[in-house]
This record gives sequence, structure tokens and C-alpha cells, in this order.
Amino acid sequence: MNLYGVRAIYNFEMARMRRTLMQSVASPVISTSLYFVVFGSAIGSRMGEINDISYGAFIIPGLVMLSLLMQSISNASFGIYMPKFSGTIYEVLSAPVSYVEVVLGYVGAAATKSVILGVIILMTARLFVDYEVLHPFWMFAFLVLTAITFSLFGFIIGIWADGFEKLQIIPLMIVTPLVFLGGTFYSIDMLPEIWQTISLFNPVVYLISGFRWAFYGVSDVHVGISVGMTLLFLTACMVGVWWIFKTGYRLRS
Amino acid sequence: MGIIATEAKLSNAAPVVRKCCALIHHQQDKPVQPDISVKHLNKVYADGFRALNDINLDIERGEIFALLGPNGAGKTTLISIICGIANISSGEVKAAGYDIVKDYRKARESIGLVPQELHTDSFETVWGAVSFSRGLFGKPPAPDHIEKILKELSLWDKRNNRIMSLSGGMKRRLMIAKALSHEPQILFLDEPTAGVDVELRRDMWDMVRKLREKGVTIILTTHYIEEAEEMADRIGVIRQGEIILVEDKAQLMSKLGKKELRLHLQHPLETIPRQLALEPVELSKDGYELIYTFDSQQEQAGVARLLRTLGDLDIEYRDIQTRESSLEEIFVGLVNE
Repeated sequence: MNLYGVRAIYNFEMARMRRTLMQSVASPVISTSLYFVVFGSAIGSRMGEINDISYGAFIIPGLVMLSLLMQSISNASFGIYMPKFSGTIYEVLSAPVSYVEVVLGYVGAAATKSVILGVIILMTARLFVDYEVLHPFWMFAFLVLTAITFSLFGFIIGIWADGFEKLQIIPLMIVTPLVFLGGTFYSIDMLPEIWQTISLFNPVVYLISGFRWAFYGVSDVHVGISVGMTLLFLTACMVGVWWIFKTGYRLRS
Repeated sequence: MGIIATEAKLSNAAPVVRKCCALIHHQQDKPVQPDISVKHLNKVYADGFRALNDINLDIERGEIFALLGPNGAGKTTLISIICGIANISSGEVKAAGYDIVKDYRKARESIGLVPQELHTDSFETVWGAVSFSRGLFGKPPAPDHIEKILKELSLWDKRNNRIMSLSGGMKRRLMIAKALSHEPQILFLDEPTAGVDVELRRDMWDMVRKLREKGVTIILTTHYIEEAEEMADRIGVIRQGEIILVEDKAQLMSKLGKKELRLHLQHPLETIPRQLALEPVELSKDGYELIYTFDSQQEQAGVARLLRTLGDLDIEYRDIQTRESSLEEIFVGLVNE
């Protein structure tokens, strides 16, 4: 295994984060904190509890998940798209690195950045809203697993995209609506039955439900199903990446 | 013109390296292997365009091989395949004795590539970019080695500068530094001096010669024919995806080069005398020059016969000039055939 190669890609990507702290860290932390201020402290104090949890605390897992998903996709897609755009991808393609090592470098860095961001957002949330974490191990496991899964998804988007517009289409047009309709601001039990059934086709429901369970011990679906669905999506993304490297899709002519 | 020679020949220009290689091979009792071996290589793109057609080519260790060809001939495609950037449609390619598909790690470890375009990460520093390349190619950090390369390429003072602040020539040097960071055995230079000034071009030629002295195999594509003429041991010409010629440079110039004899006459002629009608002679428009063209390898009797005939006809001349065709003229002649 070319560990020096993995480390080179990983360090390069992490250095990019350090160079762009305002964009990579400060911006998502501030925008998510606004949700805590508005929906947690201001409006939340006038709203009733959901499953015996204050509204401000209830929305924290969903909002962290929103940032985690968006940043994982953004970090990974941008990380692989930029070398394609600038032409520096030639160096990675001509280097003695396997596709597993390339993915470890890019996706590992993207997931690390997202997890760091998730932890910062959780700590920031504590300034505005009181919350507890019943299952810290599972909370962290969901955080890491989701970051890896959606970084892989972002990596696929970065390979697929042939312009900056396409980099934004899926996160903004698909992922954001799925997160908002996936139980970030409500429990799907609160929806009419037909919409509850439809919601179960939204994969983000399982992520948010499982993550919320780790905090408060309550969930929309069983935590086992949440873990299973996350692993299923992870597997699907891994198969996608494997296919990309096997065929050279949009990488090797 | 068919394929004149596809068998690799060690050039006269790298005797020390060849001796060393021969000794090593003898001691290991192994047959001499070319550093680059391409057999029946074909490349057909998804849209059906055939970029390479049955390419066969061997490049020996320690030689400078210049690959010439017009735009779109397949030079960059061939390099891209050998370096692993493009996929093979069919055929076999080995680098440093390793199959580029089955033993891609070993093959790629041995290769450094300086691409035609200046692809760099503008926000990275010079030091960071070169260190990244070394790590990517599986080598442990070696600050001393990187320092040496940067100093040799006059980039040491710029080591902490961001790439975006470098001039075009400096960026070109940086691309070379990145390619040399992992100490490759084979170096591909795809149009290395495109857009660089004369001084930098000379510096690069010197650097390439030094690398060759260390035993590095150098494959060079260039539009500057004088670059190939100046540096290459052997020349390959590719046209429409086919290698049409591989030849030792000196032999090529000797074989395909034309010589021109210009006779400046005392008095102008109106037409070429009928006694010279069968000779390859032209008359200049003003009638003051007779131009006799002949192959450089051809026996020289033609010149003597021409001069004798002119003497017999009492045609006086005041000056004689000879000129040998350049590699550029040979190249243009080949690709236009």
C-alpha cells in the first residue's frame, strides 16, 4: 500500500481547509448557529415539546446532520473536481496509487473536515440550547459513518460534474429538500399517514432518526434500521466509486 | 516512406551509460531490456477515433528519444498511455521492465512526467507542491533532495512563494521539479520548452543532458525541431497515429538529408543548358544561380560531372556554396509524404 501517497493527498486536502478557514469552518458554523438562535432560542421557547424534548434541543441532531451532509458532499466533490478542472489530476492518475488509496486520501480528508465541523457545531449549539447525549458512542459513530458515506457521494458528484453548476445542483436541489423533509424540524409521526409512508422513502429520515436516538433515545424508526440504511447507502456509494475507477468514467479516456 | 527502423539502437551519444548498463546486465546474466517497450499498441477512443495504430517502439535506458509529429499525430496520447493517464485499447506497454497495467505501481514509480500544459495548484507553495509529488509517488519525505532539485532549477529562492506568483518560465521549472521529485528512471518531457525564452530553453537543455549523464531515460516531444536536433540521440516520427520512422539522429540526417550546391555564375543564363537537362539542376529566376540538389549519401561523382560540364560549356562561376538540409526539412518532408 502506498501510504505516503495517501498521506500526501490527505495532507494536501487538509491544508486546503486550513487555507480557507472562513469558508470551510466559520461560514457553516455561523449559518447553522442562526438556526439555533431563531428556531431554538427565539421561536423554540414558544413552541411545545416533541417526545418530551424541547423544540430547540429536538432540532439539533437534524441541523447537525444538515451541515454534515452538505459539507461532506461539498468537501469531497470540490476536492476531486478542482484537480479535474485545473488539470492537476494528471499527477494523481499517473502516480503509483490504487483507486482505494485515492479514495482514502480524498474521502478521508473530506470526512475528517466534516466531522471536525460537526463537533464544532455541536459545541456551538450548547451556547444557545441545552441538550444531552444519551449514547455518545453511537452519536459519534453516526457522525463518522454519515460523513464517510456522504463524502463518498460527494466524490462521485465531483467526478460526474463537468462544470461548477453541476457541483451545486445535487446538494441544493436534492439533498437540502431531503434533509428539510426528513424530520429535521419535526417528527414524521406528526405527518398524515400517507406522508409518513412517503417519508420512509427519504433516506435522510433514517440518518436523522438514528442520530436523534443517540442524543435522546427517541427515534422515528428503529435505530437498527437506521444503521442498516446508512450502511446500505455507504455500500451503494462504494460500488459507485469502484465502478468509476474500473471504467475510468470521466477520469481516464 | 515505410518504417525505416523500429529496432532500438543504442546511440553513440551515451557510451558511459551504455557501458554501465551492459555491465549490470552482464553481471545479472539477464537479457538487456528496453526502458520503454511498446508492442502492437492501439488506442481507439469511445467515439471511434483511432488515435494510435499498431505502435511498436523500444527506447533504451539512458538515451534521449525525441518524438516528433504534427499536431494531433498521437504524441500526447502515446505518452498518456505509458504514464497511465489514458487506457490502452489493445497491445502491451512496459516501463522499466514492468507492465503498465499488471505492475502499474512499479511501472509508474519509475516514470516522471512534465506535461505540455502548466497544470498547477495556484494556492500551493513551491515547496508544498514538490513535496506533494514526492509523497504521491510513494517516496518518504526527503527535504535534502527537494532542496537540491529546487536549487538546480533556480527555484530555491521561490520555495515559499505561492505558485500563482510565479512567472510562466518558473512554473515550467516547477513542473520539472515535481516530475523529478521521486527520482524517476524515465522522464517524459511533453513540449517542455513551449513558450519559454531562449535562456531558459538553454538551461533546460543543459539539465536534460545532466539527467542523461546520470542514466535517466528521456523521452521528449517537441515542436522545436532544433531542440530535437540539439539533444536527441534518436528520433521517432509519428504521423496519424503510426510510427513512420525510428532512427539514430545522425544516421537519419545522413540518410534522408539533402545537400544543395549553389553555383553563383559570372553571367546569367536564360535556360538550363541541354547538357545538364538530366541532372537535378534548377536555375534561379535572375539566371545567376544554378542549384544542384543531391542526397548526402550519394556518391560525389555528380558534383564532379556537373563542374566538368560547366567547364566544357565555358560557363564561369564566381562562388560555390553547399548546404545540408536541417532536421526540420527532413521532418516536413516525412510528414508530407
